[in-house]
Amino acid sequence: MTGDIILFVILAAVAIVSAISMIITRNAVHSALFLVIVMAVLAVLFLGLGGQFIAMVQVAVYAGAIMVLFLFVVMLLGAERVGARSGLRWQIPAAVGLGVALLVIAGLLLFQSQPQPIAGPEAAAAFVTNVSGACADDVQLAARLGAVPGSPCLIGDQLFTTYLFPFEVVSILLIVAMVGAVVLTRRPWERAK
Amino acid sequence: MSSQSFALLFPYLIGLSAVLFTLGVVGVLSRRNALIVFMSVELMLNAANLAFVTFARSFNRLDGQVFVFFVMVAAAAEVAVGLALIATIFRTKHSTNIDDISAMKG
Repeated sequence: MTGDIILFVILAAVAIVSAISMIITRNAVHSALFLVIVMAVLAVLFLGLGGQFIAMVQVAVYAGAIMVLFLFVVMLLGAERVGARSGLRWQIPAAVGLGVALLVIAGLLLFQSQPQPIAGPEAAAAFVTNVSGACADDVQLAARLGAVPGSPCLIGDQLFTTYLFPFEVVSILLIVAMVGAVVLTRRPWERAK
Repeated sequence: MSSQSFALLFPYLIGLSAVLFTLGVVGVLSRRNALIVFMSVELMLNAANLAFVTFARSFNRLDGQVFVFFVMVAAAAEVAVGLALIATIFRTKHSTNIDDISAMKG
């Protein structure tokens, strides 16, 4: 347990310092790289919380694909350094003040809320009763650990049974976004034809 | 992964999620570069994902992790369209400073 606490404190410190650096650094490329660090730290936390599949997707999709797209656009536009002078002098103090207010409200809610009892092995057993036979290994693992592992098989089982309709909607969303991106970035003279 | 791993840390994980979300909000409110505003939005989505995975673990179900999957898909779609918009605006305005992008017509 002590090892978990030390690990968490280190990871949390790295995440917060990287997030602050991402906001205050002047260079957009540095911002993107600090954001990659935050995402990698979150992937490690996901692993500690039993989300193996989500952790790998986090590294591959977020830290990989999405951040490469960001870096690509930053370098394509040559927008590493945008003039820092804002027209509004009070903007940064106002932003920090509103952020502190949000954090105070969130902290108050967190301290006032009743601590949720952590669901034990019986919740895991109840969850895996309806899982298809293809994931028998993961069901046995869940029984042994007393916790549901976020394995690809179990997540896939959820996606194609309980969440089948949202899954299909989200696939349409991706196609629409892809077509939209292609249409938006066409050159004007091609658009006229 | 032991079944007790991180179990006592759940309030602190939610707290970390709140801190990261707040930093994302401050980034959106304070920065002028449209690309960094976008990165701050991604930071907020990631903070929400951390809360989802923490609650999934504390309820001992996978629904939270499935939601993280959907959030990631929505984020990918948002980034694709958003960066396309920024690139298109940059072509006419030659700037990614959001103070310069105040007119509806290009």
